[in-house]
Amino acid sequence: MTGQLPIDPAAAASPPESPASGEPALVSVQGLVKYFPIMGGLLRRKVGDIKAVDGVSFDISKGEVFGLVGESGCGKTTLGRAVLYLQRPTAGEVFFDGQNLSTLKANKLRRMRSRMQLIFQDPYGSLNPRMPVSDIVGEGLLAQGMKSSTARERKVEQTMQAVGLRPEYCRRYPHEFSGGQRQRIGIARALALDPDFIVCDEAVSALDVSIQSQILNLMLDLRREFNLTYLFIAHNLSVIEYVSDRIGVMYLGKLVEVATAEQLFKGARHPYSVALLSATPDPDPRVRKKRLVLRGDVPSPANPPSGCRFHTRCWLRERLGNPEICSTVDPPLHDTGGGQMSACHFAEQVSVEAAEEAAATQSVIETAAGAT
Amino acid sequence: MSTVIDLSHVAEAAPGRSIGQKPPDDVLLDVRGLKTYFHVLDGTVPAVDGVDFQIKRGETLGLVGESGCGKSVTSLTIMRLIDIPPGEIAAGEIWFDGVDILSLSPSEMRDIRGSEMSMIFQEPMTSLNPVFTVGYQIAEAVKAHRNVSKNSARDRAIEMLAAVGIPSPERRFKQYPHELSGGMRQRVMIAMALSCDPKLIIADEPTTALDVTIQAQILELMKSIQERTGTALLLITHDLAVVAETVERIAVMYAGRIVEAGTAEEVLLDPKHPYTQGLIASIPSTVPRGQRLNVIKGTVPNPFRMPTGCRFEPRCPHAFGPCKDFDPPLRLTGPNRESACWLQYPPGELPVKETDAPPATPVPVERVGH
Amino acid sequence: MFKPESADSLPIPASAATPSLIDGPELPVDVEVALESLNQWQLAVKRFMRHRMALIGLAMFCFIVLVAIIGPIVAPYNPIDIPGAIHQGGDGPSFTHPMGTDDAGRDVYTMVVNGAHISLAVGFFATVIAGIIGIIVGSISGAAGGVVDNLLMRLVDVTFAVPLLFLILVAAVFFGQGSMVALILIFGILQWGLIARLVRAQFLSLREADFVEAARAVGVGTMRITFRHILPNALGPVIVVMTLLMASNIVLEAFVSFLNFGIAATEPTWGNALSNAQNAMGDGNWWWAFFPGMAIALTVISINFVGDGLHDALDPRARL
Repeated sequence: MTGQLPIDPAAAASPPESPASGEPALVSVQGLVKYFPIMGGLLRRKVGDIKAVDGVSFDISKGEVFGLVGESGCGKTTLGRAVLYLQRPTAGEVFFDGQNLSTLKANKLRRMRSRMQLIFQDPYGSLNPRMPVSDIVGEGLLAQGMKSSTARERKVEQTMQAVGLRPEYCRRYPHEFSGGQRQRIGIARALALDPDFIVCDEAVSALDVSIQSQILNLMLDLRREFNLTYLFIAHNLSVIEYVSDRIGVMYLGKLVEVATAEQLFKGARHPYSVALLSATPDPDPRVRKKRLVLRGDVPSPANPPSGCRFHTRCWLRERLGNPEICSTVDPPLHDTGGGQMSACHFAEQVSVEAAEEAAATQSVIETAAGAT
Repeated sequence: MSTVIDLSHVAEAAPGRSIGQKPPDDVLLDVRGLKTYFHVLDGTVPAVDGVDFQIKRGETLGLVGESGCGKSVTSLTIMRLIDIPPGEIAAGEIWFDGVDILSLSPSEMRDIRGSEMSMIFQEPMTSLNPVFTVGYQIAEAVKAHRNVSKNSARDRAIEMLAAVGIPSPERRFKQYPHELSGGMRQRVMIAMALSCDPKLIIADEPTTALDVTIQAQILELMKSIQERTGTALLLITHDLAVVAETVERIAVMYAGRIVEAGTAEEVLLDPKHPYTQGLIASIPSTVPRGQRLNVIKGTVPNPFRMPTGCRFEPRCPHAFGPCKDFDPPLRLTGPNRESACWLQYPPGELPVKETDAPPATPVPVERVGH
Repeated sequence: MFKPESADSLPIPASAATPSLIDGPELPVDVEVALESLNQWQLAVKRFMRHRMALIGLAMFCFIVLVAIIGPIVAPYNPIDIPGAIHQGGDGPSFTHPMGTDDAGRDVYTMVVNGAHISLAVGFFATVIAGIIGIIVGSISGAAGGVVDNLLMRLVDVTFAVPLLFLILVAAVFFGQGSMVALILIFGILQWGLIARLVRAQFLSLREADFVEAARAVGVGTMRITFRHILPNALGPVIVVMTLLMASNIVLEAFVSFLNFGIAATEPTWGNALSNAQNAMGDGNWWWAFFPGMAIALTVISINFVGDGLHDALDPRARL
């Protein structure tokens, strides 16, 4: 940060503040939209849009871990890429450390990349098989203008050490490492640039449990050591619960709930969050709970339901006698108390008891009903 | 963890299961000393290296382990779906419904596969043929094993689609796999697996490719079908939470071996083997936020250079005297409760390395029937 | 399926672990393993060397190349000498003529040996030209996208639409009838589109690869991404296809020469030898067509074996 006021009027227009601390947020996402065109017909003309992310706003303060959870196709990966401006959003703004990324020229954006990084899910596909580890980890340094190869080498060695890899192995190629070690290489690549902010896109999802816990420990250690801020994207609720300070739940391109980890796991305020929590299996065999099973599949993001996007599968709406407002009015994300945000018209009626009652009356076999 | 070995609850050894001897009638599947090796350019990979377990009729067993532990190879060997070569079933017996299926001819095995025992795979898209309708594929499976007319095969297929909760099954019958969602396709796979009333269903990571809410649908469906039909289920997964909710008994695999077996409650609440303990402790939800996760050090052994002693010894926090040099066999520690760890042996039975002392390798305790 | 992990398994004792950050010293510790490992190309060579059929193919091909180079020097006769045959329609194989002679008494063995370098040269250089143009155009097309991509791909469509024989007739006007250079250029011009399409397809899929996105995420520029990340990974399949293309060009050369559209009939090529032998088969003079035909077949088979081996060796998913 230069400390100067941003000259751009758009950037100056909305100085983002994090609601909790009052400090400026490190990352502020405002009304982010990302559509992908659907090409069709003989002339390959645009016939529609995949509404991957459809109006998402949230802030992440410095040093915070913001967890983003949702099922496949909910847009969480696209959101992660769009926040980093690796994919240009269709609409909306991302402020990073007070700067509006949409106003940055390509060259400045490239410089900015050293401060915001990405860790991938697939430890196999995310490393170029034809490059030695030293080049993979050091490439960003070169791109950011560190021309001296000895300086780069020193930094690569330091970084490898920090992620628990032997620096001696920097001349080896990715195929010689195990999945967990490859993931460490991916973390080292992100870390080498001394970033402030890292998007972890399902960074531990492809790993075995025993390796997953090693990598989670490493990521939280690095956070402490280097004062990192994470956007932690995952579909696994137990991982999200463990790492996150605050959690955003996504459904079909929208945030349906934003809450602290404790708020969400003690008393979720959106029917989808409740269903997600209920569907997650518990490793304790004594807790053979009656699950609340959602009907059908997630609707297509090309043609999301009207009103509340969850209303086609909502158990609460059914219990309330299918009120019309659910299918006509899109509920905004609003504070339900204590900073817990929910996008449900009937947020105050969402409770564990209601969910248990709903679960008790449902038929397991018919859960596919209503599927597309 | 206590290292004191309490043997008071060890059950008396029941009539054993010697090699070549037919298991009792209530045992549906009895896998004994199974070894499946793969001969590749660099040598031999002992993917499954001495696996023993039983499934009684109507019982559900979860086979749990991390990638590369041999759980999928075990299931493919039971289905006799291993390519030979490079694979080789090097040793062991697989008794299914009173027959050692390793002695059957390929055509006899084909009669059993898909009818007496059927399999559900992880990725339903690749296990369904994209050029045929799903209904046709189920009907074909029925016709392959039952001497029925085209029409009754069709009726059976529609009946099965309805049984797995697929709405308007007549319409779905005519759809192609790509027209269905992942959860629907997995339902179709289950319908196909069930279509011939199998005695055993092997489900290999059936929900791993699915979202958590769809996983809940499929698990609930499998449970309820299992309860209704009394089919035995072998559920193979890496996810301890999935087995915790689904099966009665659990067998944990590590590096080609079963290291621990018992009921779901016993294994998950009172794990005896350090690997199982580490695995359970690695689950993030078992640890309060902010506290470091427990980890198992290191990685699984290189299959070309398996440790000579216990295969978990290089990663084991409790390794002691005999672990480095002697491979612990499965030992009965309770009724239907087994563990392959020297900690479970009384000090007198531990092998000693001294060359002058006579080797005291204990004879593997024979397993009890259920 | 079971996937053997790399040689990095046995964990070292905790004392050897470096910083305090690491709890699972998940370090590669096999002391026998060298610090520098083989890169993907070296690995491909190693995999290729284990492919028995590929090695047989390579040995055969090397032998054919050797014959093509030194054959004309050691061949017993001059290919354009017309000494006249003893029997009408050519002499059968004998000690003086191991592959017999044609009706003019020319030694078939000498023709086969002298034809080798022309057939191989046409096959090789035509493929190289197609490869160079194809890789450049395909890379530009795949990297640029949009209008440029569209224009270049339509150009490719045009090259596929041009009839081969027409182009050969046109070339005869400029280069003279039966020029080898003309044939090479024509093959190259007609075939680069094949390579370009393949390279473009590779680019399009690799552009979406995680490691390319990772490079963009650390700020790597377009040029470096193209040349360091995409191109090296795109080349494997291209090399395989070029090998097979070379084999098909050798057959194609023989084919057009057989039709008398190719290399001048006075030159000793395999195609010309076959062309001359057209009527001989009916007379039972099998050797005249048989040996040139076998030469073509063995060359193509050997190259295809090599291609097959390369396909397996260059597959990035393959392990040792």
